[in-house]
Amino acid sequence: MYALNEGAIPVVNAASADGVYSLLWLVVALPLAGATILLVGGRYTDKWGHLLGTLLPIGSFLVSLVLFFDLLGRDEGDRQVSQHVFTWFQTGHLDVGMDLLYDPLSALFLLLITGVGSLIHVYSIGYMAHDLRRRRFFGYLNLFVAAMLMLVLSENYLGLFLGWEGVGLASYLLIGFWQHKPSAAAAGKKAFVINRVGDMGISTSIMMFFALFGSTSFTVISEKAANASETQLTILGLLLLLGACAKSAQFPLQAWLLDAMEGPTPVSALIHAATMVTAGVYLIVRSNFIFEAAPHAQTAVVVVALISILWGAAIGCAKDDIKKGLAGSTMSQIGYMMLGAGLGAAGYAFAIFHLLTHGFFKANMFLGAGSVMHGMNDDVDMRHYGALRKMMPVTFLTFAMGYLAIIGFPGFSGFWSKDKIIETALADNWLVGICAIIGAGITGFYMTRMMLMTFFGDDRRWEKDVHPHESPSVMTVPLVVLAALSVLGGVMLAGDWIQDFLAPVVGTGAHEDPPLPALAVTVIVVLVVASGVAVAWLLFGRREVPRTAPQDVSFVTRAAREELYGNQINDGLVVNPGRHLVGGLLTIDKHVVDGTFTGGPVSLGTLAGFARRAQNGFVRTYALSLLGGVLIVVLALLAVNLA
Amino acid sequence: MDVTAYVVLSGILFTIGCVGVLIRRNAIVVFMCVELMLNASNLALVAFARQHGNLDGQIAAFFVMVVAAAEVVVGLAIIMTIFRTRRSASVDDASLLKY
Repeated sequence: MYALNEGAIPVVNAASADGVYSLLWLVVALPLAGATILLVGGRYTDKWGHLLGTLLPIGSFLVSLVLFFDLLGRDEGDRQVSQHVFTWFQTGHLDVGMDLLYDPLSALFLLLITGVGSLIHVYSIGYMAHDLRRRRFFGYLNLFVAAMLMLVLSENYLGLFLGWEGVGLASYLLIGFWQHKPSAAAAGKKAFVINRVGDMGISTSIMMFFALFGSTSFTVISEKAANASETQLTILGLLLLLGACAKSAQFPLQAWLLDAMEGPTPVSALIHAATMVTAGVYLIVRSNFIFEAAPHAQTAVVVVALISILWGAAIGCAKDDIKKGLAGSTMSQIGYMMLGAGLGAAGYAFAIFHLLTHGFFKANMFLGAGSVMHGMNDDVDMRHYGALRKMMPVTFLTFAMGYLAIIGFPGFSGFWSKDKIIETALADNWLVGICAIIGAGITGFYMTRMMLMTFFGDDRRWEKDVHPHESPSVMTVPLVVLAALSVLGGVMLAGDWIQDFLAPVVGTGAHEDPPLPALAVTVIVVLVVASGVAVAWLLFGRREVPRTAPQDVSFVTRAAREELYGNQINDGLVVNPGRHLVGGLLTIDKHVVDGTFTGGPVSLGTLAGFARRAQNGFVRTYALSLLGGVLIVVLALLAVNLA
Repeated sequence: MDVTAYVVLSGILFTIGCVGVLIRRNAIVVFMCVELMLNASNLALVAFARQHGNLDGQIAAFFVMVVAAAEVVVGLAIIMTIFRTRRSASVDDASLLKY
């Protein structure tokens, strides 16, 4: 059994892949093949592209499922399998292999990515049915799935970075998929640029890994991490956190996520809710051997997490755009995962647990929002919705399951996962715990607001010519499956299964007793959530919702509508100074640098203008100068000879 | 043998030729002055050859004559062509090739 954690880090000791595990590379290769065929094949694949693009991730899912059950059959100490696919590059002392690592952590991610991913592919068949570029959309989705699988399967940081950049590229392509809209093109660019900031962190940490440990392999680094000084590990931890912040839309690099909602809704569900934005949490949990030895970096993770929980929740309360409301909620929920990851060995398993349940219920709600938009002529303003529960019963019921899960209604998946994180946080530090509980209360508020504005009330707020209707079954079936997962996801906690399952990767934390008994914490959380729900009902359920957003609102509401001025802060601190800097450099370049280089030739040219006057065309002048020259030469010779 | 008188004559002839080239405008006269300079140098060559008692200077004088003959052929041809097109043999009129 693994030592109860005293800074003890489980060393990866992987068996090489044989038997069914030799199929591991297929998990990545299938969607990659799909992306290649659809994107290279071009128009020839238009007719069946979406079907192929859906079948391949399902194939990946089946392989993942087989591997998962085989892994369950193994001994606990035996559950790490690595596969050497090929040597990526080899130069001097550096030897970077394309190695895959299949362990309990990546096993869960594989199921989440391929499972939820496949459902969203199926849903997209219906959602994108009328889009002329549907085949290209599926190509991009497959590219995303392949990159995300590479990210979680790689055995070294360099391979992880490959996947990391791959999902960033796919995210960029898909946010800007409707590129004819300038807002979508700008949103894609914004996401890409902000993610570059995080990539600086990751690439710098990879350079440090090479410098300190001579390798980026998890196995090597987890063995050698103890040799590095705490300062070095803290710097590494902070760099990794920077990368995680950008990818997971955590404070201070959160501004891109709300704009990213310009992409098609399945993209928001798959990339910006269920999988890609949780890559930051994966990175921190996977790097536990660094964070365990760098307490300051862990504190930084917790602080970032708390700010993001409350920041995202505030945004969620004020947005009338249903997708942006959900995006704020995503930021907040990822904050909970980061919080769990920042709490150390006691919280890693719960962070992953919440990541999985969030993947289910948030994907469910995003797809539900897509279904609502599908029925409302692509209108996203919740103030134009209302009373949709009668028109879209399936969407309503499935969305309600996601809603109950996210607010933490007792028994639903989100209840178990969020409760565990809050308990761990309270045991660690009561202030952190209280912030997390407040966040849960606000979650109850904004999700109830969304629910009431969309599905309850009356139809007086609808736009003219809107005929809400239920979506086709190709879209509702994935919703039903995800709703079932949202309800039942909590079974992973039964008998502490998920902690035991993940123990070989992240260790188990010494159980600290919270200041209150666990049951009391649960009751308090449920009561806080219930009061949030009640406030929302008083404001949006009992009273009529105005069709346009009221303008005479408090400073807090205005700030929340402006996303707490995140964009303005970025503009003021980075973008405008950067613009001025570049403008100044441009002026210097034009006048000083260019002046220096063109000044020489120009003055030479002027001089030559005077000198060429000597060529006046008169033969006799030339003869005179010839004579003068000869005289000078003769005099010079005489002078030399006589001297 | 004393060649002073020859060298002085050569210098006078060369100076006359040189001044003629510089001050006369008619191309034919300029040309004759050039010939005068060439022959002045020939005279100096021959005189010094006599003083040194070997034939080097005399051989050089033959070369100068050959070159002068060739130069006359080319030069007169050019002067004739210019005269045909411009109806003038003034060297100052032919001053188009300039800055």
